[in-house]
Amino acid sequence: MRNALNNLLHLNKRNAWVAFAALAIVLLLLPFATDALLGRGWVRILDFALLYIMLALGLNIVVGYAGLLDLGYVAFFAVGAYTYALLGSPQFGLHFPFWITLPLGALLACLFGVLLGAPTLRLRGDYLAIVTLGFGEIIRIFLNNLDAPVNITNGPQGIGMIDPIHVGEFSLGRTHELFGLTFPAVHLYYYLFLCLTLLLIFISQRLQYSRIGRAWMAIREDEVAAEAMGINTRNIKLLAFAMGASFAGLAGGLFAGFQGFVSPESFGLTESIMILCMVVLGGMGNIGGVVLGAVLLVLLPEALRHGAGPVQQALFGKTLVDPESLRMLLFGLALILVMLWRPAGLWPSAQRRRELVAEDGVVQQEQDTVYDSSK
Amino acid sequence: MCRFLFTGSFLEILLQQIINGLVQGSVYALVALGYTMVYGILGLINFAHGEVVMIGAMVALSVLMLLAGSGLPPLLVLLVSLMVAMAVCMALGYGIERIAYRPLRNAPRLAPLITAIGVSIVLQNLAMMFWGREYHAFPPLLPNNPHIFFGAIITEVQIIIVLVALAMMGGLLLLVQRTRLGRAMRAVAENPSAAALMGVDINRVISITFMLGSALAAVAGLMVSANYGIVHYYMGAILGLKAFTAAVLGGIGNMRGAMLGGLLLGLIESLGAGYIGDLTGGFLGSHYQDAIAFFVLIAVLVFRPSGLLGERVAERS
Amino acid sequence: MTHTQPSLLLAALFAATLTACGESEIPAANSADMLLVKIGAAAPLTGPQAHVGKDNENGTRMAIEEANARGLVIGGKKVHFELLSEDDQADPKTATIVAQKLVDAKVNGVIGHLNSGASIPASRIYSDNGIAQISPSATAVFYTAQGFKTAFRVMANDGQQGKVLGEFAANNLAAKKIAVIDDRSAYGQGLADEFIKSAQASGALIVAREYTNDKAVNFSAVLTAIKGKQPDLVFFAGMDPHGVPLVKQLRALGLNAKFMMGDGGYTPKLIELAGAAAEGTYASLPGVPLEQMPGGRDFSQRYEAKYKQPIQLYAPYCYDAVNVMIAAMQKADSADPAQYLPELAKIEYNGVTAKISFDEKGDLKGGAITLYQVQQGKWQPLQTLGAATAAP
Repeated sequence: MRNALNNLLHLNKRNAWVAFAALAIVLLLLPFATDALLGRGWVRILDFALLYIMLALGLNIVVGYAGLLDLGYVAFFAVGAYTYALLGSPQFGLHFPFWITLPLGALLACLFGVLLGAPTLRLRGDYLAIVTLGFGEIIRIFLNNLDAPVNITNGPQGIGMIDPIHVGEFSLGRTHELFGLTFPAVHLYYYLFLCLTLLLIFISQRLQYSRIGRAWMAIREDEVAAEAMGINTRNIKLLAFAMGASFAGLAGGLFAGFQGFVSPESFGLTESIMILCMVVLGGMGNIGGVVLGAVLLVLLPEALRHGAGPVQQALFGKTLVDPESLRMLLFGLALILVMLWRPAGLWPSAQRRRELVAEDGVVQQEQDTVYDSSK
Repeated sequence: MCRFLFTGSFLEILLQQIINGLVQGSVYALVALGYTMVYGILGLINFAHGEVVMIGAMVALSVLMLLAGSGLPPLLVLLVSLMVAMAVCMALGYGIERIAYRPLRNAPRLAPLITAIGVSIVLQNLAMMFWGREYHAFPPLLPNNPHIFFGAIITEVQIIIVLVALAMMGGLLLLVQRTRLGRAMRAVAENPSAAALMGVDINRVISITFMLGSALAAVAGLMVSANYGIVHYYMGAILGLKAFTAAVLGGIGNMRGAMLGGLLLGLIESLGAGYIGDLTGGFLGSHYQDAIAFFVLIAVLVFRPSGLLGERVAERS
Repeated sequence: MTHTQPSLLLAALFAATLTACGESEIPAANSADMLLVKIGAAAPLTGPQAHVGKDNENGTRMAIEEANARGLVIGGKKVHFELLSEDDQADPKTATIVAQKLVDAKVNGVIGHLNSGASIPASRIYSDNGIAQISPSATAVFYTAQGFKTAFRVMANDGQQGKVLGEFAANNLAAKKIAVIDDRSAYGQGLADEFIKSAQASGALIVAREYTNDKAVNFSAVLTAIKGKQPDLVFFAGMDPHGVPLVKQLRALGLNAKFMMGDGGYTPKLIELAGAAAEGTYASLPGVPLEQMPGGRDFSQRYEAKYKQPIQLYAPYCYDAVNVMIAAMQKADSADPAQYLPELAKIEYNGVTAKISFDEKGDLKGGAITLYQVQQGKWQPLQTLGAATAAP
């Protein structure tokens, strides 16, 4: 049960080529088809879906590959977004080009990843979760308050008028005529995001089957054994944090340029949990699953907004449950149900499946406490 | 700061901040006891505990409202609502354990953690649908008269909170150390398989542990609401987080540690928020109050993962 | 398995497609003698602020229905106004999606958004597409300071409100030592900063600047710190749910200073929840009390008759925003934003909340602000401050 994407990227079959070509055409035409059928607002939703795929891919490295539960992941997204915003807006009057600010944002996020990782490496899963949660909140609190005594982040007001991503005079923020076709801003961003998403998928894929990837999985399965096998668990864990964070930093920079406005309210705990849901629901450790999870969870609120209200109207004559509350409720239920019945997610990776589904007949080894299994 | 050192009001304000810290700390301790008890027995952090506190407060409020016009004496009304809240929370605790934790006992640690987060989200949103998003006023049923000690004010309900927190810690210690059930709990904590072999019904002990923890949560919910006079669906999340920090600070799994950690965290927050502006010359202010708690948490986990009084080590063996 | 999963994705996409198609209604026929004018409205219709968002939508709808009933003629054609209401969930991200949808639908103008955090990112999209946007309730100074020619508001901004509040505290209430708390939201921080500037300019001393957050219920530490500074007025820049425990704890600590809030405090809920502790509290609301405006009392009666509930907060401002936009269209004799935007910029209109005209940035000129106080468990208007006050 190898995943389809894996096959596609290795291109080892003839019909994989056909599938690849078909997929490429679909992805290339998607914004135009969406624009024609549903309107440009939906192309913007596609753009956000791609951003979330990048975020989910990054978190997947931390949670899926290395098995470290990170509840403050959105902090790295914030670091990337604010790096881009501070260096490309009237806030400081700086207008660095994106090829400086985007990599710098990723790098800074990477540094923050190490900063968070270093002191927490020795912690067991549940402690790590709560510490990362605290870390995420600390970053948000600082972003929210660094408007005094020296105004850096503009505090809760956020930073606006951020430069769109541009090369010289060619700005992605404007409509362009190319090859006889009209490319509005949302389409241009779509293609940029798509390229970067594919790049991140490629990197994730290569990492997964590299020495590092195998080391991550070894740590996830059994840290003590991994260490005994000569893996430098400290460095390898730090690397997971750093890699995951850099993905988020990149996505953050893109978000800032695309949105033109960042404020601390976009980087709350709910966002971290939503990204976690994408990874868990789709399938921890499986790239295809993570992509699926991200797309589903971006579309879900839209579907609920247009679906849940009218359906309730039709059934009960009034809206009993606010679609927004329904969304969070469904997220929560999904987390529980997936862990109970399909712990490896909707689209599981082969390895993760074997490991997460507790097999019958395997006698538990002696354990410290009821929940402290050594697996 | 020096400006106030020599005025009479400096000591009064300091004393007031200490009282504030102790009261807030007792609130944390009340909630932290629930975390620490479940952790002590099962080695599992019940992330949904804060939401159970919130449900307890909400249920108590609903019963209070229902009985408001009945003409019963206030103390009886309060007792009835506490009983109902405890019963509901115990049922909830039992249900959470059965549905979200028990099936995952042999799964990797990540699994119950994720379901716990799921349970918190579900409880929070159910409460929001059921009781609405707005803030509710909690009727002042507990005596709320102020007493003045050396210029600092403490109300009766605040004194009650400190006493209840101490009493609950004592009661729990007695239960765990002196009763048959307590012995079974300790046996399960020590080694579940060996305990099972010795005839302990592990499932029953675990269920009871959860129910006790949830009953504590109901008491905590009622006390917190009575103190602030306000209840709302989001109150459990941040309270749970702070209480967890308190439990870790004191040494998770240790009842005395939960009390000590709660009081210390309350004091740190209160004095921190009160004086950080003066101490840093306005560079940092009370807007970092919540960050203080998280810094404490990270510092404790890094430098003394077993907490101040803890025997269990927070690291992975 | 490999084959079923992508189809799941497709199914989801398909479902989303269906729901989206269901929602876009075909507008009424745009015949030769009929001009269809689409007015977009954006506010949080779900989530924590849904009740306020719905109130905004109601105010907007009422103005549109009345305009239709009047049978206006623009450019020689009878006009039919249509409302396109969108839910921005008070989220900056969703706001841009909603803005894009409204642009797609070729609206002639937008009434919204409710929050500054949503209005600001959306304003860039409206500006790029040359669509007029009038926010009924975004108060962040930055919203109109971005330099967009399309962004307007019919509500005093934080700067205007903070200025009036600060002057009122220092001059009218004769407060010498003032303590300020804000909730670190965009609204609270902006208002507090402006309040401090203005109070200091009027000769008051800011003895404490403390902070809380929009989830806190325990304020004892900051209030005790404030008590040590013995202020004679405490100003809280935040919303009513936090004002309630704050004022209660303030009184419980034996602090007898005057207590003041901005428009976030001017709600019946504050009195209901805080009870006796709320007595004497000051709060402000931009505009003139409805009952003092020509047509104001009439408006609130019609609103209550139509929607069977009292006005929550900003419905009158939405009502004015629509009418101001329509007035500009009439003046330009065109519903094309490019044509009527210059007219909107220099309009003078007597609304139910105030006499409306805009400065060069798109801010409400004059910006009358009324101060209220809780007296015997009721909000009583004290005084209307600021220029361009009631013009009956």
